[in-house]
Amino acid sequence: MNILIIGATSAIARSISRLYAVKNAKLFLLARDEERLRESAADLKLRGASDVKTLNYDAENTKKHSTIIDAAVEFLGSIDIALICHGNLPNQEECQADYRKAEDAIRVNGLSVISLCTEIVNRLRAQRKGTLAVITSVAGERGRQPNFVYGAAKAMVSTYLQGLRGSLMKDNVHIVDVRPGLIDSPMTAHLKKGRLWSSPESIAPSIIKGIGRKRHIIYAPSYWRLIMLLVCVIPETIFKRIKI
Amino acid sequence: MKLTGWGRYPTAVAEIIEPVSRQSVQNLFRDDSCHTQIIARGGGRSYGDSALADNVLSTRFFDSFISLNSDQGAIRCGSGVQLKELLHLVIPAGYFPPVLPGTKYVTVGGAIAGDIHGKNHHQEGSFCQHVSCLTLLLANGELLNCSETENKELFLATCGGMGLTGIILDATIILKKVPSVSIDQKTRVAHSLGECMDIFDSVEDSEYSVAWLDGLARGKKKGRSLVHTGSHSIEGKGQPISRRELSIPFSTPAMLLNKYSLQLFNEFIYKSQVIKRESKKVNYESYFFPLDSIKNWNLLYGSRGFIQYQFLVPLDCSLEAISAILEKIADAGKAPALSVLKKFVKGNDNYLSFPRSGYTLAMDFKRDAALFSLLEEIDELVLAYEGRQYLAKDARMSERVFKQSYENWEKFIAVKSKYDPNNIFASQQSKRLGLTN
Repeated sequence: MNILIIGATSAIARSISRLYAVKNAKLFLLARDEERLRESAADLKLRGASDVKTLNYDAENTKKHSTIIDAAVEFLGSIDIALICHGNLPNQEECQADYRKAEDAIRVNGLSVISLCTEIVNRLRAQRKGTLAVITSVAGERGRQPNFVYGAAKAMVSTYLQGLRGSLMKDNVHIVDVRPGLIDSPMTAHLKKGRLWSSPESIAPSIIKGIGRKRHIIYAPSYWRLIMLLVCVIPETIFKRIKI
Repeated sequence: MKLTGWGRYPTAVAEIIEPVSRQSVQNLFRDDSCHTQIIARGGGRSYGDSALADNVLSTRFFDSFISLNSDQGAIRCGSGVQLKELLHLVIPAGYFPPVLPGTKYVTVGGAIAGDIHGKNHHQEGSFCQHVSCLTLLLANGELLNCSETENKELFLATCGGMGLTGIILDATIILKKVPSVSIDQKTRVAHSLGECMDIFDSVEDSEYSVAWLDGLARGKKKGRSLVHTGSHSIEGKGQPISRRELSIPFSTPAMLLNKYSLQLFNEFIYKSQVIKRESKKVNYESYFFPLDSIKNWNLLYGSRGFIQYQFLVPLDCSLEAISAILEKIADAGKAPALSVLKKFVKGNDNYLSFPRSGYTLAMDFKRDAALFSLLEEIDELVLAYEGRQYLAKDARMSERVFKQSYENWEKFIAVKSKYDPNNIFASQQSKRLGLTN
């Protein structure tokens, strides 16, 4: 199994890549921090990965995305699974006060992902097989007061993936939209945690299982499908009054 | 965030910092303005307040394996690696951790800080005796390698040092080669404490031994126990296993664990073994980690939590001392929910390590109003017999009791003040025991 992981040092990506390593996958990892990439590569090899190569990249530098994906293809040969995990959680208040902040957030969480999707899909289409999985968020399903700029960027990606999925059917390329709920990771370190929070390690197994079974949308943990169903049926007149 | 140890008493409101890399953790300490006290926390499996402070540094993301030398069986990994992960990695290579505690959720860093022991203490000693080297982050942001040959006094202070010398970032552990990970288990029934100790003397060539003791039995039955010995099976499985775990969703009313229900339970366990007297092959998980099969078993003790009281007494007076202590508990009408007895053969040179020659008894008590005064009386008995208590379990010992029973505490403080003069590394426990201010 040849796997490309983008944003490989994110907590969810780390847990997922460890599970693929145990299955002796060959991994190409992209992330910004070289020290942490080196550490992950050694760790994944010890856990069973057949080979690991790393490259540091800047998600926002979309001009370079094509060369990055070329490097991945060169190492992996063909890509069986490509997983995009990078992102950040912007400060909602700052984004509302200053458009530049909102733009940055949308660039990282939305536009850069679409750029990478484009490059990856072009390769997958040529090889006529493969799966592209992207970590979006339940935040993209309804604009909620505490994080709607982040949510809007994620919604953009989810909608994009939905259309992409159909357009690639004829090419035998599959698209998975992974929507985690509340995950206790460095990205959410500053938030107060309650009962609905899950650890990255606990959701990783269901994500790789869902990717393997070519699911369209994976909620992680799965009960978020129900939660979001309920969140989405609340009438707007009520919803606009609640800060969830 | 509200934090507790495994015993769910005491609690602390702590700021949790979770550095993701060596660089980020070093930066925390390099900054001269950083003079707030902090303590490292791994799996949160110490029972009391050893990993509680206003600022807690989680080693959660130091969970990578760094290298494995399969000829020497030496594995180097981050301090946040749980023993569960270590087992999964080393078993297929024919290795096994040299020392295992009663739970696989302990991290390597926690195992070193508590210098934990296992069912094979009589043969292998404690965990740190198999640590060949560790990387310690000091209060000034500097990284130091510590081992028997390099920075030895810091190594002796860090092994068993409850995280008070610095942040352990990674360690190299010497594994042991095993024929399989299945355990040939044999259970022997002892009708009294004396008989139990005779059995321990006779099974010293078994790799593992531990006794479950009926802490509620009185009179002639006092000290009745089941001694479980085990050795790695020559023929057995060589692959790690994963069991499905039950989990307790919320803390149950502590009333359920009362003297009568526990008496009934102990009677059942004892009688069922007396009838069976079995030898059997079991997997390593059920032999070493029986309690891990219920994920949050600590919630069974109710919202007030529990105290695990673990002490040791020297070999020459252990029968007398443990009898006296069991007597005292029975007289007070207290019911230890779970009692585990183990023979230690020899201690080591680490300043604050718990084990040394003698018997150790661990008892779980649900926390209630009258418990602490009883435990204070037991403290005095343990002191009188020249015994001591295990710091990884401690939640309440007084400074005086600690300093009288840990004779090397001054040596420890001397090393600590050399490397951490401003007491940056401090926990609620270290303040209570007078190790820091």
